[in-house]
Amino acid sequence: MSEDTLLSASRLTLRFGAVPALVEVDAELWPGEVLAVVGESGSGKTTLLNVLSGRLRPQSGVVWYRDPEGRLHDVHAMPLPALRALHRSDWGFVHQNPRENLRLGVTAGGNVGERLMAQGSRHYGRIREEAIGWLRQVEIDADRVDDLPRTFSGGMLQRLQIARTLVTHPRLVFMDEPTGGLDVSVQARLLDLIRSLVSRLGIAAVLVTHDLAVARLLAHRIMVMQRGRVVEAGLTDQVLDDPRHEYTQLLVSSVLQA
Amino acid sequence: MNTGYNFAYLDEQTKRMVRRAILKAVAIPGHQVPFGSREMPLPYGWGTGGIQLTASIIGPDDVLKVIDQGADDTTNAVSIRRFFARTAGVAPTTRTGDASIIQTRHRIPEKPLREDQIIVYQVPQPEPLSRLEPSRAETRRMHALSEYGLMHVKLYEDITRFGHVAISYDYPVMVNHRYLMAPSPIPAFDNPKLHMMPALQLFGAGREKRIYAVPPWTDVRSLDFDDHPFRAARAPHSCGLCGATDGYLDEVVVDDRGGRLFVCSDTDHCETRRAAGHTGADALAAE
Ligand SMILES: Nc1ncnc2c1ncn2[C@@H]1O[C@H](COP(=O)(O)OP(=O)(O)OP(=O)(O)O)[C@@H](O)[C@H]1O
Ligand SMILES: [Mg+2]
Repeated sequence: MSEDTLLSASRLTLRFGAVPALVEVDAELWPGEVLAVVGESGSGKTTLLNVLSGRLRPQSGVVWYRDPEGRLHDVHAMPLPALRALHRSDWGFVHQNPRENLRLGVTAGGNVGERLMAQGSRHYGRIREEAIGWLRQVEIDADRVDDLPRTFSGGMLQRLQIARTLVTHPRLVFMDEPTGGLDVSVQARLLDLIRSLVSRLGIAAVLVTHDLAVARLLAHRIMVMQRGRVVEAGLTDQVLDDPRHEYTQLLVSSVLQA
Repeated sequence: MNTGYNFAYLDEQTKRMVRRAILKAVAIPGHQVPFGSREMPLPYGWGTGGIQLTASIIGPDDVLKVIDQGADDTTNAVSIRRFFARTAGVAPTTRTGDASIIQTRHRIPEKPLREDQIIVYQVPQPEPLSRLEPSRAETRRMHALSEYGLMHVKLYEDITRFGHVAISYDYPVMVNHRYLMAPSPIPAFDNPKLHMMPALQLFGAGREKRIYAVPPWTDVRSLDFDDHPFRAARAPHSCGLCGATDGYLDEVVVDDRGGRLFVCSDTDHCETRRAAGHTGADALAAE
């Protein structure tokens, strides 16, 4: 693992019965970098995200994470309290379905403030100010701060989830199809927002998507997965403009046809 | 004393099991310890958890006080006191200062307790996170990892909606900077008494089969925000009978014309004050 790598995985393997969800997968991520993981349904993208983030244990292989003090942690050997603390502060997870992550019976402000409170913030006024600031950053009107998420549209819910995740200024965010299930026009706005937030805040991200256009717009590098294996990896533009592996060629051409 | 029963009703093996749970609870302040709660000759909701605790710690020389909502003369308190008079033959008292064990539902006596006293609380719901997180497995994990952000979200929501924390009973506390604990449905007014109390505090939940404890001189803090500090609220009146302005008051209807009176909920506190010559504005009218 090179000196400034943020996350580094080697030879990750995980089978569900006969299904090879991950086979000898290597991955590296540098600070501030966005890595897209693409591939058809069932190729192992979500499994990889869950293994990288310590939510799922591989049968073999290792994931290293470098903390802000430069110390290395074997993600799957970390004590559970330390891993949960990491997920509450330095890391973030954006789900495809925001309802899985948000508390629908809690106001927008409470949803955004929760990670701050979990970290020990005990000043109501400051938590609320911070929540309002983040709602603005994700283009939600500040006067919605006391509203319940169930009154929000799908796109707003996803933006609220992003605010809730970014409030602790994570260095690394895992995103699983963050624009999936949204209307095309809503998707475009959300992608713009994610792109500007990630670059302005210098956040590193692992972004799972089956949409090559999303990968092209957001990611510096791309990994193409097929049946649990990485068949091609490299700079996004290079891989998409000049795909070497026939599976990638197929993916790219099917996008062109669509 | 009825000798058809074992001393204090429970058999010796059960008492030993409960005592082991108590020792563990004392060793880990605020942590809920499971125990094999027994069927008692009283229905749940009548304090079977508290009764099993009292039965396990009481000896023939103990002096027992039982209160319900601060009063010694309510049905629940009377029947529990009678139960121990019959099964353990212990001396009952209504005077806080004379008791070695005080079993209570919904109040802590106004008179400060001492190191040689034990207070036993009857607990209907031991899990402070139960209304926020329905999964028992998840709340256990939250306690294990001391992850209590969710409880603060609840306080945040209250302040957002009502301008203040809208919990008047069973107000959650942090014990010894480590465990979040339900103090049982005592009024929030009583919460400051939990902090650094000289007496041992035991909590028993019969239906939920949990025991927990706060050892003497333990730090117990009510959750709050720096800019919305916890306040021990009480009705802004004085006791109509004894004139007390410091104790917790109950509002009682005194006649069929809607007449109302604020009186001490702690009957011993009120009687002690009146015996010392204090009177309230309604003392004569109430006679
Ligand atoms: N918990 C599990 N038990 C059994 N099989 C699983 C489990 N999770 C994933 N799989 C299988 O592993 C393979 C990879 O699944 P994964 O969810 O990682 O795919 P994906 O690339 O995220 O697909 P999609 O684009 O549909 O979300 C699939 O064949 C899937 O059925
Ligand atoms: Mg998936």
